[in-house]
Amino acid sequence: MSDYAGIREVDVAVIGGGPAGIAAAIAARKEGALKVVVFERDWEAGGILQQCIHPGFGLHMFGLELTGPEYMDRYLKQAYEAGVEFALNTMVFQMDPPAETDGRKTASFWIMSPKTGIEKVHAKSVVLAMGCRERPAGALGIAGSRPAGVYTAGTAQRFVNMEGCMPGKKAVIMGTGDIGLIMARRMMLEGAEVVAVFEIMPWVSGLRRNVAQCLDDFGIPYYLEHSVCELHGKDRLEGISVVKIGKDRRPVDGTLRFVGCDTLLLAVGLIPENELSRMAGVEISPLTNGPVVNDFLQTSADCIFASGNVVVVYDLVDFVSEAGERAGSSAALYAMGKLSKPRELPIETTPNIRVVSPQKLCGGRDTTVFVRVAEPIEGRCRLFAEPGIFSQTLRYARPGEMNEVKISAEKFRALPETEKCVRIGIEAF
Amino acid sequence: MTLNEETKKFICVSCPVGCLLKVTVQGKDVLSVEDNGCPLGIKYAKNEIANPVRTFTSTVRVSGAHLPVCPVRSRIPLPLSKMRDVAREVAKVQAIAPISIGQILIEDVCGTGSDIIASRSLS
Repeated sequence: MSDYAGIREVDVAVIGGGPAGIAAAIAARKEGALKVVVFERDWEAGGILQQCIHPGFGLHMFGLELTGPEYMDRYLKQAYEAGVEFALNTMVFQMDPPAETDGRKTASFWIMSPKTGIEKVHAKSVVLAMGCRERPAGALGIAGSRPAGVYTAGTAQRFVNMEGCMPGKKAVIMGTGDIGLIMARRMMLEGAEVVAVFEIMPWVSGLRRNVAQCLDDFGIPYYLEHSVCELHGKDRLEGISVVKIGKDRRPVDGTLRFVGCDTLLLAVGLIPENELSRMAGVEISPLTNGPVVNDFLQTSADCIFASGNVVVVYDLVDFVSEAGERAGSSAALYAMGKLSKPRELPIETTPNIRVVSPQKLCGGRDTTVFVRVAEPIEGRCRLFAEPGIFSQTLRYARPGEMNEVKISAEKFRALPETEKCVRIGIEAF
Repeated sequence: MTLNEETKKFICVSCPVGCLLKVTVQGKDVLSVEDNGCPLGIKYAKNEIANPVRTFTSTVRVSGAHLPVCPVRSRIPLPLSKMRDVAREVAKVQAIAPISIGQILIEDVCGTGSDIIASRSLS
């Protein structure tokens, strides 16, 4: 499947062969685009799901609780059936700003592979699907020495689940991102000791079910409002210092303590990977760290679309696949000159919403706007899109779980010409 | 509340919503389930009181493939109390490539009635 030739001219180019990219490529083919190529830097397609061997994927898409590789297997089979081409071991290392040919924007970028060296690719449209990266140790400014044994949770996950080696024997997890919780359980099952999980915020950032099935099931303690502040050890990590964080978000005097461990796993946030998007001159939202998109998942550059965690970090892969489908079919329509955008309104949000994606609406089809609150609202609240588009009562709203705002294309199109934006928000009762 | 009745609170892991269930039990009998967002919560609560089960996933050693390990899962959820026994059993397996997704690697692991199967193809 890695054989490719003559891909210098493609209809829809998909950058990244994870769940978003593969769903986009399948949808682009189904929409009628002829030459659809997925560019993937790894030796196989599938992206990060190949190392996510735990169950919990596909409840929305397939009504089943699949593991990551099983979920990907289904999509990869669909991709081959749909006639998607793959360029594996191929790194897209540079993107050009879109050019204008015959009044239409087209994209171009540069690829590198051991087989063909460096080539330039011209595409009628592009779907960005590069996913996200974990926030690394260097971004945290932890004091102390710099010994071996400090990894992001996803790196450890790759070691254990794909390379077959354990990063250590006695681990502390910093942060309560889902990958950290999943790795706590994984390390236990592989015979390591997991001493504790420390979270700086007053709430868990991952899903509550992962606290239940990864920590509680295995008796792993977790401490909220605690921060790892110093690393100890010369060659290998020997322990960490942890301190309680007060309501004023400052360390509490007299709470500093030492915790012995040989491994520290970081699960402190994911950042969309947008180096290429920036090279292409696509507008990036400072809130999502991903491209600003409309409901076609079209970026500020008309011929460039984006989907999945490169746009906004989703909770579930099912939503990533859905976004991929939307971006892929939009990109195919654009490549065929069939994408019409009669009207585009920005979304404005109430101040308690931290993340919103997409940020603009065109009303081409029914769509879902994903929002994430800045702080938990415990108790009943109302999620709404105004004027008169959507209203739903929620039992609670928490930063760890995205909320979905359903936008009906019909209702959007019926908005009077005088409306200059759609307002989305959450209000407590 | 009558004698031996007890209220337990735990999180339903049936789906990512993770409802905090309020479950009233008498011994192993579930009398009521509250705060469940859907019917799965009731089923989960009853299971959780009678015999908690979880899907087991891990990896096995494999030779002759692109990767040194292959991910595996239990075909059906296993008793939570058997997780560590199953993990030890799975650690003993040395599989040989090619492996196809769904292939049985351990039949009826630890007498649980579930097979351990490969969750990806690997060559």
